[in-house]
Amino acid sequence: MLKGKITFWRLVLAILLVVGAYATVLRFTRGLGASTRLSDAFPWGLWIGFDVMCGVMLAAGGFTLTAAVYLFNLKRFKPIVRPTVLTAFLGYTLVVVALLFDLGRGYRIWHPLVMWNPRSVMFEVAWCVTLYTTVLSLEFAGVLFERFHLYKLLRIQKMFLIPLVIAGVMLSTLHQSSLGSMYLIVPNKLHPFWYTPLLPVLFFLSAICVGLAMIIFESSLSSKHFGKQLELPLIKALGRTLLVVLSVYTVVRFQDLIHRGALSLLSKGGWEAGLFVLEILLCSALPIGLLLIPKVRENPKGLYLAAVLCLLGFVTNRMNVAITGMEAAAGQQYFPKWTEIAVTLAIIGSGFLVFAIAVRYLPIFGREVEYQTLAVPETVRGEVPELSNAQY
Amino acid sequence: MTKGILYDATLCIGCKSCEKGCADHNGLPYDDSIAAEQKQSDHKYTVVLAQNDKFMRRLCMNCQDPTCASVCPVGAIRKSTLGPVIYEASRCIGCRYCMLACPFSVPKYEWDKTWPLVRKCNMCANRVDNGLPTACAEVCPTGATKFGDRDELIAEAKDRIAKGRGQYVNHVYGLEEVGGTSVLLLSSVPFENFGYKTDISTEALPLLTYRVLSHIPDVVTVGAVALGGIWWLCNRKDEVAAAEGRQAPGKA
Repeated sequence: MLKGKITFWRLVLAILLVVGAYATVLRFTRGLGASTRLSDAFPWGLWIGFDVMCGVMLAAGGFTLTAAVYLFNLKRFKPIVRPTVLTAFLGYTLVVVALLFDLGRGYRIWHPLVMWNPRSVMFEVAWCVTLYTTVLSLEFAGVLFERFHLYKLLRIQKMFLIPLVIAGVMLSTLHQSSLGSMYLIVPNKLHPFWYTPLLPVLFFLSAICVGLAMIIFESSLSSKHFGKQLELPLIKALGRTLLVVLSVYTVVRFQDLIHRGALSLLSKGGWEAGLFVLEILLCSALPIGLLLIPKVRENPKGLYLAAVLCLLGFVTNRMNVAITGMEAAAGQQYFPKWTEIAVTLAIIGSGFLVFAIAVRYLPIFGREVEYQTLAVPETVRGEVPELSNAQY
Repeated sequence: MTKGILYDATLCIGCKSCEKGCADHNGLPYDDSIAAEQKQSDHKYTVVLAQNDKFMRRLCMNCQDPTCASVCPVGAIRKSTLGPVIYEASRCIGCRYCMLACPFSVPKYEWDKTWPLVRKCNMCANRVDNGLPTACAEVCPTGATKFGDRDELIAEAKDRIAKGRGQYVNHVYGLEEVGGTSVLLLSSVPFENFGYKTDISTEALPLLTYRVLSHIPDVVTVGAVALGGIWWLCNRKDEVAAAEGRQAPGKA
């Protein structure tokens, strides 16, 4: 699927990468001042708000699904573990790439690992993201071991899989919520629609919603572009779960807004109120409304629509926390410069490119080679006893 | 005994000697055009704001429990025992979380440099270490900026308000704001006029994140045990089935 003619999407991708490369040159030769609209009043922009905060959130499918399959033993979801873990791994890698653009001195990105400040939320996030990216690479390593017939390594990897999955879920719980905790320090700067002591709880719950929505979204895309699709009953089950978690999130979100009296600010109107309403519509009202209709949640297109709305909603939420909610205190509005947008699009584009290459050359979709970890006699080391899918 | 700066706006004549003294001490350029700039920046760590005949300084407040120091992921900012809040440039990765988190929006960035650093007043830490007053206090011709022991300055500030027959706003800014700051301000006009927030918490902001961070070890241990338990419970039925399946042929 990679070789051959020029298609529309390949052309788009090529343009994005070329423009992104030019923006990259500008960023690293002219500095942040010339290549972004960041300023002393507005030090964090699109690269933190979207590339990092949304990037981490959109990669939440990895821990959600590995927990479901390996810990809760929902084995029917196993066929999508690999694409989801790959997406998560690529997502986190790209978050690190984005950080290299945003940090004033990206070549010191490793400093938090040796220069500790345990009082800092960002220190904790840095460690969690580093460790979790390592966990994801080890979870994904099985695919490479299988592809290159390294069955001994594959067996060792499978022995440590459950502890790895548990570590991954714990690390994700911590840093998904901590991205919200980062904003606990700005009670006088973040607008009351978004500043709440519950930020870590809301960020964690929304990460699970987004994880589920991403799996639905990806499997629809995969069926279109790679001819692989998740069976409908599985997507339906994901849709029902999404409805439940979204509802829990929405109840917590509104309880908090009501307890803090923040809803009364709606009457003041303004830029913030508009984007707050948009966020609530996309995150909660529309997807929950759609998923409550049996016809919609029984139908792949309906589920796809609900998932996309939910994803757009939580992207809006993160951008509202990082940008909209901080504008009034900064005394100015922020809109990214073209270079910031170009770098972001190129990063997303390269994610799609690497995913497509991986699907082409690695056993991502389709039946995973099952390898019995307990009952393999030493004598058949190196040979793979293939088990029928029926067992899983 | 921590040191502090008391700035009394009623004594200030707006001569901007403190700006020049600060620039000279920190090796920064200073000329008429820079003197005219009415905001802090990477080349202007303190500024004398003017509104009609009223003046107000802005500089790093050098908080008692600095928010910037607590958020820095690499510990590049720390509070020294004498009071100054010091920035260690060689650690800085350039995340700018200190700029976002600072309740007074003090840290500034070298946006025009390829490899920038954070810039802010550090209360002349090296001078203070050697028993000298800050550069701004030393050059002030009227005593509007006074350097000394923080406790003594607080007593003096309260005394000035008490004896000022209402010429002061009845508030020592920095006494309680975000848990107290090394810099203390007195003014005859509301502090808000010069952009100082007065609705700010009297509690040190680092507590807001520390309360959450301190739960992490508990969350991790409970979470790991619970997840391990869930795995065991959910997978046990398979193990039982497998065990029975293996036994079945033997029984037959």
